[in-house]
Amino acid sequence: MDLLNAIFVKPFADMVAAPDFLLQVLWEGLVAGVLYALIALGFVLIYKSSRIFNFAQGIMVVFAALTLIGFHEHGVPALLAVPLTLAVMFILAVAIERVVLRPLVNQPDIILFMATIGITLFLIGFGEIIFGGENKVMITEELLIPTGSYTFEPFGGFVSIEQKDLTAVVGAVVLVVVLLVFLNRSKMGRAIRALGDDHQAALSVGISLSTIWVLVWFIAGVIALATGIVWGARAGVSFALEVIAYKALPVLMLGGLESVSGAIIGGIAIGVLEKLFEIYWGQPLLGGNTETWFAFVLALIVLLFRPQGLFGERIIERV
Amino acid sequence: MLYRTAGQFKTSYRADHALFPVRQDAWLLAFILLLAFVVFPMTANEFVFRALLTPVLIYALAALGLNILTGYAGQLSLGTGAFMGVGAYACYKLVTIFPDLNLIVAIMLSGFFSAAIGVAFGLPSLRIKGFYLAIATLAAQFFLVWLFEKWAWLYNYNSSGSIQVPTISVFGHPVAGPNATAIVQYYVVLVIVAVITWLAINITRGRIGRMWKAVRDMDIAAELVGINLMKAKLSAFAVSSYIVGVAGALFVFLWRGAAEPVAFDIPLSFRVLFIAIIGGLGSVLGNYLGAILIVALPVIISTLPASVGLPLSSAMVEHLNTMIIGALIILFLIVEPHGLARFWAIIREKLIMWPFPH
Repeated sequence: MDLLNAIFVKPFADMVAAPDFLLQVLWEGLVAGVLYALIALGFVLIYKSSRIFNFAQGIMVVFAALTLIGFHEHGVPALLAVPLTLAVMFILAVAIERVVLRPLVNQPDIILFMATIGITLFLIGFGEIIFGGENKVMITEELLIPTGSYTFEPFGGFVSIEQKDLTAVVGAVVLVVVLLVFLNRSKMGRAIRALGDDHQAALSVGISLSTIWVLVWFIAGVIALATGIVWGARAGVSFALEVIAYKALPVLMLGGLESVSGAIIGGIAIGVLEKLFEIYWGQPLLGGNTETWFAFVLALIVLLFRPQGLFGERIIERV
Repeated sequence: MLYRTAGQFKTSYRADHALFPVRQDAWLLAFILLLAFVVFPMTANEFVFRALLTPVLIYALAALGLNILTGYAGQLSLGTGAFMGVGAYACYKLVTIFPDLNLIVAIMLSGFFSAAIGVAFGLPSLRIKGFYLAIATLAAQFFLVWLFEKWAWLYNYNSSGSIQVPTISVFGHPVAGPNATAIVQYYVVLVIVAVITWLAINITRGRIGRMWKAVRDMDIAAELVGINLMKAKLSAFAVSSYIVGVAGALFVFLWRGAAEPVAFDIPLSFRVLFIAIIGGLGSVLGNYLGAILIVALPVIISTLPASVGLPLSSAMVEHLNTMIIGALIILFLIVEPHGLARFWAIIREKLIMWPFPH
């Protein structure tokens, strides 16, 4: 009876008793969710255009952030370091397309997936040799990101919202809108989507596979840089950050591998729900740290009912 | 020349489907077994046992388990490390609850626990396919490692939170724990690995193995010709997790001697997956070739610079190691996506034909 009470009654009673705390938890979850959504977006873009499950997105986040900090450490002004980092990400995209993807065209999905794990390992080793393994502080102020915090007092309580989190959310929204417009309105964007639908048909109407792949990996690099700045501002930049890539995977399952809007909604849903679960159920009942698996188990349960994710394309199978 | 098959006539279907239709294959295997059972133990020292021979066998066994699931039944799994952990923790509990139990029996029994957990986490495979399933197995990976950390009963409430292998003797010889000698451990591992490999080869050649291959190649078609998908997929998960669990128990009890939950985290899963893929999906031999490559490479990379007079710091060596392994994985995938086993198959084919090109 006590257990049932602790599962079904007490958490909700706690939520009602302290609505300001609940709001704070929801906000934290939302910010985390936006970051998950950004990483998932990088995955979705590459998957849509090339059917490659890009495991390297997480390390690209770290690599982009470290490159940015590295440029700044060598005396490059912060606002100049951003375009320089983007140039590095572009070179990386070209290199990946030339060296890894082009020879592997037409191989089974799992081979390409393994190749991206190979890229991940390579970038980890390469990055650690260049930048060293220690945790670095993101150059938040130099990038003109406000660092104060707003406080509200709803319901007679206290909620604090950090300005950099707010910047992150606004920045992510802008990025996503730009991306959606680009994908749906521009010629290049339509070419990306065409390639996602059918490689051979796209090739036969004159869409260049290698150009689009470089473009897509570059966009994924841009998203990685944005994610790296935002996440780095919250928690510093180190190779441990690579594990957040795993957080994007259940988001992908939930949202569907091909859906941009699914990635965003799934990311936010998982960010909020896992925070709520951790605070109200995980810590009192299970000893905490449930964030490592909650999202996966949630996604697994959803998938049992909708195998293509909430927003994925319907799977039609033929023999 | 060496592989001339002339004169080896098959007069029945049985002979044609024998395990070694070509006599030279049997000789080659006998030679390798001779090396493994007699020559290596006589020549190797403690370091070679601990750093090369035993880990190669254990990783090859784990990769064999994964290969049955991914290479034969076509179900991609990223949770191998956690299933190895289940085997290790089950074996630890068995050994501490029943101290009189023979260690080898305990290791063989612990596989059943991971098989049960594997079937439970394999249930989603009935609905989910491809990468969605791979991510679903990651749920097992993260949940189980979390459980190893939080469920104190699993490690007998000791303060370090890790499992320490006590000294265990079998027939009067210390086999596990600090007093065991490397050569005894090597022999135990070798025998277990050899027996399981032999069983696995025969399972994959038989009715069940063909069922798995049909499901891998196209599951709907397999269903239409009357294969029970549920039975095929879940049996693949069970057999695979059993082997992986035994490998996990060997990993801790006969090699590492102690393990904390982090040891079973996702890098272990990926390492086993690398071995299976570089070795070759859907082959038994490939697991051994892949394991030799992945285990020997770090040893070579760490000893090579010192031997040619290039002193490198240990951190540098580690980073170089990660980088080179990443690059090699890409290289191998580009040169031969079907793995080292395919290389061997091509060489063998050439040797049989030699000196004629076709």
